[in-house]
Amino acid sequence: MKWIERQRAFMDYTLSSLWRRKSKNASLILVYTLVVFVISSVIFFAGAFKKEAEAVLADAPEMIVQRMVGGRHDLIPTGYVAKVKGIRGVQSVTARLWGYYYHPASGSNYTIMVPENFPHADHAVELGHGVLRTWGTVQGNQIYFRTHDGETLVLSVVKVFEAATDLVTADLILMSEPVFRKISGVAEGFATDLAVRIRNEQERRTIAEKITQAMPDARPILREEILRTYASLFDWRSGYMLVLLSGAVLAFFIFAWDKATGLSAEERTEIGILKGVGWDTADILMIKFWEGIGISLTSFVLGVLASYAHVFFASATLFEHALKGWAVLYPAFTLRPVVDAFQLAVLFFLTVAPYTLVTVLPIWKVSTMDPDIVMRQG
Amino acid sequence: MAKITKTFNAGKTKAFTALRDIDLQIDMNRITVFVGPSGSGKTTLLSIIGCMSRPTSGRIFLNGRETTSLTQRFATEVRRNTFGFIFQSYNLIRGITVLENTMIPAYPGGSKHGIVKRKAMDLLDRLKIGSKAHQKVESLSGGEQQRVAIARALINGPSVVIADEPTAHLDTDLVMALLDIIAEIKEEGKTILIASHDPLIFQSSIVDRVVNLRDGAVVE
Repeated sequence: MKWIERQRAFMDYTLSSLWRRKSKNASLILVYTLVVFVISSVIFFAGAFKKEAEAVLADAPEMIVQRMVGGRHDLIPTGYVAKVKGIRGVQSVTARLWGYYYHPASGSNYTIMVPENFPHADHAVELGHGVLRTWGTVQGNQIYFRTHDGETLVLSVVKVFEAATDLVTADLILMSEPVFRKISGVAEGFATDLAVRIRNEQERRTIAEKITQAMPDARPILREEILRTYASLFDWRSGYMLVLLSGAVLAFFIFAWDKATGLSAEERTEIGILKGVGWDTADILMIKFWEGIGISLTSFVLGVLASYAHVFFASATLFEHALKGWAVLYPAFTLRPVVDAFQLAVLFFLTVAPYTLVTVLPIWKVSTMDPDIVMRQG
Repeated sequence: MAKITKTFNAGKTKAFTALRDIDLQIDMNRITVFVGPSGSGKTTLLSIIGCMSRPTSGRIFLNGRETTSLTQRFATEVRRNTFGFIFQSYNLIRGITVLENTMIPAYPGGSKHGIVKRKAMDLLDRLKIGSKAHQKVESLSGGEQQRVAIARALINGPSVVIADEPTAHLDTDLVMALLDIIAEIKEEGKTILIASHDPLIFQSSIVDRVVNLRDGAVVE
């Protein structure tokens, strides 16, 4: 009980001390909060995107098979479907037709695709909000395409995807197979790639090996490899941002060091007075500890809360482009809140612990001196 | 006190001996005044008696227990519980209130906040400064600040009160008021040690003993 009362008294004194030097402490908290805000925004953003990628790919086929020519992706003969289907453990194989369509008026690349089921006539298309937003030449529900051999093709928009699905449908145009082949120039008997579903996922690597042996020009890509690529992409981008910010972080620590270690004559005298009226060295260090914790914890909490709001309510407006990468068409969507406790804990220990140490250590020498000497020097 | 010597910057070219072989017995429950010119070692002696600094050599015994060889932690505990110090320039902490300044010595003791606060208010009321409890100390006059310093010195119920040049910034009326307070504190059974070269203090009838110091030594 006595210990609790002691700590309460020290915390009271610490708060009073912080308030007495409010401009110095306010500027420290502001800068510290900004640093935490930026770093935790990057953590939240990258984490949320990785989670979104996982969610999007959750229903994706376990394996995609592409054909490689000259080290580059080429069209795959639909005859490969039977070969892959014949491998034990393969549940189903679907030849996929998809590609990109460059529209000069908007300068954007759109994804064109033939879904498994397309319940409309050949002249119809379904498209995403981002397509409508950027196409520029949609008249009524008519949309003009230029085919691979230079002809103009007019198609009718029969469905626009909901805005909530923008993350995956913003640039998407679904169409029938004949129209796709006319626009893209993919000949009959060929597909873009094969979507392979596997009964037992544990056998995926074995099946991939067999596909490579049966078709040496085929490249199987596992779903986990796609996920890993997305994760690496966002880790690389967020790491790049943090490297760019490292200068600011370093400047902050130099600033904090200067503020925390610079004992003014007034502060030295105060320590001498406290020792003179019966405070121990440990008591002096304790109030400095509470001071360091108070500032760093306040800044950490404020910074994390602000970054949470910034990323999950304001869509990381401040630097979303740096993390999303360059594009003409950015999907509008709200990220689902994802909190990586481990990364936040690391951030906590990398910010709160060093600052608290930086506050306490310089006081050590002064607090161990005889109060008489400290007061005379003050 | 047995052969107390204090040398500052010992072993260096700027070495200065403030106290030389002080042998002294101080009676409890008495008012003892240390008199001497500036630089005679009064403040240094009081600082060593009050466990605020250590002598270069010699020993001090308090109620039969040696205090000079105590570790810093125990010396601090003795200082907090036994001695109440009234500094020459009061050394109140600016920016905080009269009440907070009075309560500060009691914080490490771990007593309940409410009890310490009540005790502090009682002391301030007794010293007729209770009405200014919530004012910042820098807004007070010299005499008022000194009374705050006295209240702070008494908050832990010390048996020894040490006052270093308590009348340095006071006029005659305030000095007489201070002497009344000191007499009251003595009536409570406390021992009072004062360093002063003010005749109003060392010639006062309430003083039991005067010790003359010159050049760091006791002058008989």
